[in-house]
Amino acid sequence: MKTWTALGVGLLGLVATGAQAQTIYPISRAEILAGSKFDFKVEFPGAPAQGAVKVTINGQDPAIALGQSAKFVEKEDGGDLSAYWIRGAQISKPGAYIVEASLGDKKATVKWEVFGTPQRKAKNVILFVGDGLSVPHRTAARILSKGIVEGKYNGELAMDEMPHMALVSTSGTDSVVTDSANAMSAYTTGHKSCVNALGVYCAKNKSTLDHPKVETIGELAKRRNGGMSVGVVSNSEIEDATPAGMVSHTRRRADFNDIVKMFYDVKPDVILGGGSPNFLAKSTPGSKRTDEDDYIKKFEADGYKFVSTKQEMQAAAKAGSSKVLGLFNTGNIDGALDLKILKKGTVSKFPDQPDLVEQTKAALDVLSKNPNGFMLMVESARIDKYAHSLDAERTIYDTIMLDNAVKAAKDFVANRDDTLIIVVGDHAHPVSIIGTYDDDTPGNQLRDKLGTYAEAKYPNYPAPNADGYPEKVDVSRRLAFVFGSYPDYCDLGRPYMNGENVPAVKAADGKTYVANEEYCKDPMAARRTGNLPLDANSGVHSADDLVLTAMGPGSEMFKARVDNTYVFRVMATALGLGQ
Amino acid sequence: MTDHPHLSLTRRRFSIGAALALFASPARAAEWISFDTLYKSFGVRGFEFADRIVALKGQEVSLTGYMAPPLRAESTFFVLTREPLAICPFCQSDADWPVDIVVIYLKAETPLVSAGAKIIVSGRLEVGSWTDPDSGFVSQIRIADASYRRV
Repeated sequence: MKTWTALGVGLLGLVATGAQAQTIYPISRAEILAGSKFDFKVEFPGAPAQGAVKVTINGQDPAIALGQSAKFVEKEDGGDLSAYWIRGAQISKPGAYIVEASLGDKKATVKWEVFGTPQRKAKNVILFVGDGLSVPHRTAARILSKGIVEGKYNGELAMDEMPHMALVSTSGTDSVVTDSANAMSAYTTGHKSCVNALGVYCAKNKSTLDHPKVETIGELAKRRNGGMSVGVVSNSEIEDATPAGMVSHTRRRADFNDIVKMFYDVKPDVILGGGSPNFLAKSTPGSKRTDEDDYIKKFEADGYKFVSTKQEMQAAAKAGSSKVLGLFNTGNIDGALDLKILKKGTVSKFPDQPDLVEQTKAALDVLSKNPNGFMLMVESARIDKYAHSLDAERTIYDTIMLDNAVKAAKDFVANRDDTLIIVVGDHAHPVSIIGTYDDDTPGNQLRDKLGTYAEAKYPNYPAPNADGYPEKVDVSRRLAFVFGSYPDYCDLGRPYMNGENVPAVKAADGKTYVANEEYCKDPMAARRTGNLPLDANSGVHSADDLVLTAMGPGSEMFKARVDNTYVFRVMATALGLGQ
Repeated sequence: MTDHPHLSLTRRRFSIGAALALFASPARAAEWISFDTLYKSFGVRGFEFADRIVALKGQEVSLTGYMAPPLRAESTFFVLTREPLAICPFCQSDADWPVDIVVIYLKAETPLVSAGAKIIVSGRLEVGSWTDPDSGFVSQIRIADASYRRV
């Protein structure tokens, strides 16, 4: 993979002259799985006629390499560009491919690497994505759920106790800082893309659904290896970026209704999450669809068992269902702190929601029946959502929940060596542990209560329960888990016992955000002047690298620093998807 | 879909209301409703409006909530939510709205300067699926011919 990078690919991309060079998708340095499907597109600015352009792959008509001839669209979408398309292209032969697109004296050149895969090493892959999972999340979860004495932990997180590790970089084609759509797309397709995009390159198409597509691992697993089973499990709305990344192709992650249709088209065997309103026909109160399609009924007609509570989910798994659609909340499933300890959020409305661990176990029960193996993605989504809302305890408890789900997967593989398990974030948050807040330290300001260095000592959370959660979170000496990016807000330095933190609210001008004064009334509240632009309402992602841990066949490929697209390559290689 | 679901009912109620308003002085006070009592049942397969809400269809009601950031600065249309709407870093479409919203159609186009503020909305209650012809926004419950004031 690294060898051709050294051939001067950086120079190749610069051959095009002038500011308005033609653009080729997939982009330069793309790594394409042999036999995977992708849309080949060249955009020619100035809307030239077909006769004026020339496109070659390795010096020949692209139809030879891609197996089908091109379609030329002059003035695509009525704009000032012409497009050269080969949709659904495939290259079966591994190797280097040089793509050239000429218009007059302007030539653009990109180089692709098509990679094959050796013999299949793993029957199954389980990809755990902690959304926003950053190194301090792991540290804080370890402190709370394992305990630490004299600098040594009393136990290991399941996600830490794995033989292979790598540093993962997450930047996209457009920006140093990525979002969960683009980040997941890198894992599920092996291609870098831009913020908000899923399973597509970001071209100039007007419709969000028309951009050049690249195949997802969910689609690949379904049609390769004799038809593997696919599972998509999350505690977010199932249409949200990370779970959607398994099946979706859209420039805009907010296309929830289209994403539901994409789930239906790909048909993962297990779909468990929240976000039911986009499955309901428009005429049903509570629907968010804009058509009369009832996707719960459609899935049921296709043999899916539909479940909406933990009890129903577990019964379906026990009864031997081979296809399960579970939607447990209209929005996101409540996080661990609300679900297990505080009973806030929507727990009173949806009293029998499963947690991520129960979802994972049910998914494994269903998927493991397929002799062709399975590809399961499990997301702990609210690690990220609570980091956005500057809610330290909730983001930590959901990291513990992720670890319990990883433990369930490790139990599943205890007597087998046929399953690759990967645990990784999708992007970082600027979070850090800087000490402890101690109520017993004298002073009347929050900063008086902050102990740093020796004064921090250790927090006094009670020993965790059997599931690794301390049952009391508002203890007198607690972790100072702080956020590096924030709008104007009032920092309490302690847990939000009545529900998720809402740090900022819209200002009277309708554009900017101001501190939520509800918290500012607290005598210990510290008013923070935001360091983000005024239109930010919550914390933002950071470009920091992530730590990935892995075990099982194929995991030995993880070492050193890698791009997020490499995660796809490892999974595809382990499963032999390029054969 | 293109027809306003409760137009005929609304017109009839309106004429009765107008007649009452002519004879009764002061005008009959609006019925108070609240976000907590909109629904009889609320589940992943949809929800049912409370009997009282269905019975109040076409009548004058008042409801307290928060004005969500409007789609346009000046409009007759905005969304009322139970809680201040703030945590929505990638809000780009109505897909991201909470489920239990109430859509407000004002009597007249107004600069929506109270976004984020707690307000009381008064107007005629409409219940049933309705797609806004301009924005495509689908709603199940609305207050039409509405006015509002800050709390």
